[in-house]
Amino acid sequence: MKYVLAAFAFACGLTACTQKPAPAPAPATAAPVPKAVAAAPAPTTFSPPAESAIPAGPLGDVIRQGRDIFTDTPTHAKAYVGNGLSCSNCHLDAGRQANSAPLWGAYGVYPQYRKKNGKVNTFGERLQGCFRFSMNGKAPPLDSAEMVALETYAWWMATGAPVGKKLPGAGYPKAGFKPPQPPDYARGETVFRNNCALCHGDDGLGRQVAGRNVFPPLWGPQSFNWGAGMHQLDNAAAFIKANMPFSRGNTLSDQDAWDVAMYMDAHERPQDPRFDGSVGETRRKYHDTPMSLYGTEVQGHLLGSPTGMH
Amino acid sequence: MFRPAIRRLFGIVALAGIGMPPAALAVDAAAIAHAGNGRGAAPCMACHGADGAGQAAADNPRLAGLDAAYLRKQLDDFASGTRSNPVMQPMATALSEDERHAMATYYSQLPLAMKPATALPAPDSAGAVLATRGDWSRGVPGCVQCHGPGGSGVGANFPPLAGQPASYIEAQLKAWQEGTRHNDPLQLMQHLSAALSAQDIESVAAWFAAQPVPVAETAP
Ligand code: HEC
Ligand code: HEC
Ligand code: HEC
Ligand code: HEC
Repeated sequence: MKYVLAAFAFACGLTACTQKPAPAPAPATAAPVPKAVAAAPAPTTFSPPAESAIPAGPLGDVIRQGRDIFTDTPTHAKAYVGNGLSCSNCHLDAGRQANSAPLWGAYGVYPQYRKKNGKVNTFGERLQGCFRFSMNGKAPPLDSAEMVALETYAWWMATGAPVGKKLPGAGYPKAGFKPPQPPDYARGETVFRNNCALCHGDDGLGRQVAGRNVFPPLWGPQSFNWGAGMHQLDNAAAFIKANMPFSRGNTLSDQDAWDVAMYMDAHERPQDPRFDGSVGETRRKYHDTPMSLYGTEVQGHLLGSPTGMH
Repeated sequence: MFRPAIRRLFGIVALAGIGMPPAALAVDAAAIAHAGNGRGAAPCMACHGADGAGQAAADNPRLAGLDAAYLRKQLDDFASGTRSNPVMQPMATALSEDERHAMATYYSQLPLAMKPATALPAPDSAGAVLATRGDWSRGVPGCVQCHGPGGSGVGANFPPLAGQPASYIEAQLKAWQEGTRHNDPLQLMQHLSAALSAQDIESVAAWFAAQPVPVAETAP
């Protein structure tokens, strides 16, 4: 905990935000959700082709195969997944939804240099990363049928999108999204009980019907691993703010989104596949950022310690 | 949140028909279902069917096999007025707390009447698409993402839609639009109902009403 607070002070120092508590901190308890209003979709400059526009014929078949892998990964890419998640659990509406890292916003911005592995990544390599970390699985070979189908699906969805340009609605809305106060575990727990447990369960392990996720787990052995983007507070807070509670995105306060992101990311999950035997060393090599709680102690538990997960 | 209330022993004992707690406390749920409670609650069977499967012709919902905590919450909501309905409100009000609890347990344990799928609307019909994929441009996820595959229901918070009469499903969506039902957690149903047209409601209700009960394991 201490580490995190200090880390946030540091992060704020860099971005020149003040450490003064915000004048009117959002109540930690669930504020009543504002009166229902018809959804006003965020304005985006790009809309992907309708799913009904997938062409007939062999190209269309591969696009459809890519969509099926994306929306039901455990069934259609079984050999490469290590948990019950599907790509579309984090990239909503089959990868179409703005502000949930949509495929149409991603396809045109690769190849891209990534600090995560210190090299230029092709789009295919980016997809491999999600398999290894978010899906806690293993990377399909670049020329595998699964990879070809996913790339074809993403390419089709980006029909008409510019190359090399970051579109509004691409990625998760992280830019300038900062917590008014450093995120707090106890407040996060309250937000979780009031806004998330309904679906993800009091234990955060989601809800399964006939052995399959209806509501995906947020931590535990069937969740994303410690190397995944969602374990970083800024990614999680931005995703949650824009997309959760499911169908009620953008109703949590910024503070609530950060608090609950921290609460979620302060729970145990499968080990980082790059783990080299020492949590401290693995943190130093791959998690040396205030956005990662890996290797820090929260609630008396060293996160990422090999005994943490059964 | 919305966890089942701690089960009261005597309700369960009365249901199981074993032992006899003090007569004044015992609630005979089966008797109320058949004959009412004599204090204003009419026989449930008259409207919800002998097997609790509902009556499609009269918009009366299926109760058999629904989660006990969900049923209890609905009876409480009718009584408190967060769900208003001219037929059920007086009925729920006429039931004591113990009776509400016993009726909810009773119906949750009634075996589900099997129902084969009736001619399912095509997978690319408007109702099927709304049910399975939703329309995110209007902020509406696929209904099955919360109500489970084929509308089978998920736990205490997300009731099954499969096997409910189409007219009942339509009536609920309209009740949320009009605000006569406003008992949904996080206002999930009020919010998404507001985005639905009359045509959406008709087609999606028809899709769920046509699903088999119990739902096949491979349902979308
Ligand atoms: C647990 C949540 C989660 C799951 C499951 C997941 N991802 Fe991701 N994905 C993320 C996060 C977090 C990012 C980073 C987004 C950012 O940096 O803005 C990301 C980024 C991406 C990107 C790059 C987006 C961009 O704009 O640069 C692509 C493409 C992608 N994921 C594809 C996939 C595919 C394909 C799958 C399934 C095999 C998948 N993801 C599964 C969370 C997830
Ligand atoms: C109404 C049900 C519901 C509520 C409430 C809800 N979620 Fe979710 N959540 C979902 C569903 C469904 C998905 C998967 C989305 C999909 O596949 O389209 C999801 C996905 C997620 C994911 C990405 C997938 C994963 O398991 O890692 C995270 C993270 C998440 N939710 C966090 C939260 C948080 C935090 C809250 C509370 C602020 C919350 N959710 C509230 C239903 C819900
Ligand atoms: C005169 C007909 C009638 C009788 C008798 C009746 N009900 Fe109902 N019940 C209805 C109707 C109509 C509805 C739907 C109300 C609405 O549209 O909100 C309903 C709804 C319900 C619901 C909500 C179901 C759901 O899926 O949300 C419950 C629970 C219920 N009734 C329990 C009972 C019990 C218990 C009794 C007996 C004590 C009973 N009802 C007697 C007509 C009746
Ligand atoms: C974000 C989650 C979510 C989604 C998506 C969703 N529902 Fe619901 N729905 C709920 C919840 C929660 C309830 C229970 C409300 C209560 O406790 O009274 C409910 C209840 C209902 C009921 C009342 C059932 C009964 O027995 O009275 C109907 C009908 C219904 N939903 C229809 C739909 C339809 C049709 C769709 C798709 C257009 C849909 N729902 C999508 C969360 C959802």
